[in-house]
Amino acid sequence: MRPSGVFNATYNQDMAIVRTKTQWGMFIGAMVALAVFPLVVSDTYVSWGIWIAYYIIAVLGLNILFGYAGQISIGHIAFVGVGAYVSANLVNHLGFNFFLALPLAGLGAALVGTVFGLPSLRLKGFYLAMATFAAYFIIIYFFNNIDDMTSAWRAWFPQLTGGMMGTFIDRPSIPFTNFVFDTDVKYFYLMAAVTAIMVFFAKNIVRTRVGRAFVAIRDNDIAAEVMGISVYRYKLLAFAIGNFYAGIAGALIGHYIGFLTPEHYQFFEGIWMLGMVVVGGMGYTMGPIFGATVLQLLKFWAVPAVASLAGAYLTFLPDQTLGRVGAASAWMFFALVVILMLIFEPRGIAHRWELFKASYRLHPFSY
Amino acid sequence: MDTFLQLTSSGIAVGILYAVIALGFVIIYKATRVFNFAQGSFVLLGGFVFYSMGAQLGLPVYLAFPATFVAMMAVGWLTERLTMRPLIGQPILAPVMVTLAIIALIQGIVLLLWGSDMFPFAKGSLPTGIWRMGQVAIEQVDVLTLAVGLLFIAILSAFFKYTRPGLAMRVTAEDHTVAQNLGIPVKQVFSRSWMIAGLVGAIGGVFLGGILGGMVYNLDTIALKAVAVVLVGGLESITGVIVAGLIIGLAEAFAGGYLSTYLGGGIQDVAPFVILMVILLIKPYGLFGLVRIERL
Repeated sequence: MRPSGVFNATYNQDMAIVRTKTQWGMFIGAMVALAVFPLVVSDTYVSWGIWIAYYIIAVLGLNILFGYAGQISIGHIAFVGVGAYVSANLVNHLGFNFFLALPLAGLGAALVGTVFGLPSLRLKGFYLAMATFAAYFIIIYFFNNIDDMTSAWRAWFPQLTGGMMGTFIDRPSIPFTNFVFDTDVKYFYLMAAVTAIMVFFAKNIVRTRVGRAFVAIRDNDIAAEVMGISVYRYKLLAFAIGNFYAGIAGALIGHYIGFLTPEHYQFFEGIWMLGMVVVGGMGYTMGPIFGATVLQLLKFWAVPAVASLAGAYLTFLPDQTLGRVGAASAWMFFALVVILMLIFEPRGIAHRWELFKASYRLHPFSY
Repeated sequence: MDTFLQLTSSGIAVGILYAVIALGFVIIYKATRVFNFAQGSFVLLGGFVFYSMGAQLGLPVYLAFPATFVAMMAVGWLTERLTMRPLIGQPILAPVMVTLAIIALIQGIVLLLWGSDMFPFAKGSLPTGIWRMGQVAIEQVDVLTLAVGLLFIAILSAFFKYTRPGLAMRVTAEDHTVAQNLGIPVKQVFSRSWMIAGLVGAIGGVFLGGILGGMVYNLDTIALKAVAVVLVGGLESITGVIVAGLIIGLAEAFAGGYLSTYLGGGIQDVAPFVILMVILLIKPYGLFGLVRIERL
């Protein structure tokens, strides 16, 4: 909805994402705030920012797949892992630079995702959810065991994942220079830049023919087919795009942690990401940003707070129980937030935000 | 040959147990059209409640069993009342997402109350002995699991076939509006099916814990293998669930026994899902499921 008094005089104006002077001001302000953020806050908060950026990228992909195309994927985290391992192997074994390996990691995850999206030709709804659920366990099994399976041919076939022992990867560097993203502050700028690019693409993909086809498939796939949308092709494309995002996120966070094991890709991480989509708002580009930020801040900030409160006031509990309060409350908070959101605001924070913007723009008038 | 018989005996017991857990999914799906991902968590909670009744409160087995059943039925009822009822009429993804969140909730509760160690059941609550037949060792708990599983499935089938509440549940599975018009209290049926799901969780938890030798924190992921059973059998059919349960249970046992030396240790955990993928590609609605024809 446009603010009153703003008219679209040209086609470019009609298509612009940032339209008015106020919006430009807010946009530039936000960018400046993002640039200054790591310089003024302590390292803890910078690393929070890095994790939030990682979740935003991964959840953007899940939002395209689940929120726009309506294809529920429970095993999204497995594709994050695929991206991380692809990038690690390209860098470690083939000597690629990170900036070349990053898009290839995305493509690798997209390829694997498309393969596991193949059943979507004949499956939908829960059957498809189950196929992605199975995909999760199969992929994690490969992470754990592929090196054992190829150990007989080690001379020709390098060690890919290291199984439970894990794989080390270095922090990325800019080619032909000595610049390495070794500190959290430097890494934050890398994450922020990539996140901005990915948000830009996500916003634009959903405004094109492809995005509209996704929405049509989500709303009614038979009707979409009647309208001439090749449902199968677009479903596979949704899997490819969604998992491309997962791969990018995985590669970025993999190089940040510096060490990969299958333990990093727990089943519940995938549910956590679905929760972010739901809390943020399905089918809004702002959704993943809200969802990832809110749920991660909850995890980072509220959980230790609860643990220390419990330690201070619930002293009658045994020590062992007190030690578990933090981890347990992370699960319970997440569950309660998701359940309450679904009951009271099923369209997510982003929907509330849209309502707020609309009422602000219309301000003196009621409609 | 001995290995084969050995694996078959344990595979059948686990398979029937998976079939029982899978029935929990099927009953809720048929009655409410919600796929209850939290069924695995009910199993986890059921096992831990049984552990607490026996090992912590010191109740004898014949009291601990019914107490666990009642507690888990209450959990099922509460789940329906507090989270599913407000979501009636929402797009179907909303309640499914809630069941995913309930997994996290129960995970948190279990972590808080019990922690992440291994908790063996109280001594004497489940048989731990072994019967020897030649070289083949048959665990008594496997036999008990098989018997209880078959008995439970038989009782459930009789309930659906011969009682009025069972008939009401079948009508509700057919069509909610029609059921409502016939004077069937649809909401009550929802409630009842969630209570049965809780009961299934109790049985699944007790015996899965018994087979594994105790309760573990990640029992729900093990129990979620029953998901593969549901879809291989087809979401509509009880026969399908039993057949698929046996297929998955045996496949898991054989994969663990024969393939793990070649393909790595985790193969028995992933075998059910490989079978699931193959079945979904060949027969998308499962071996015994109804093929749905969709129109605009």
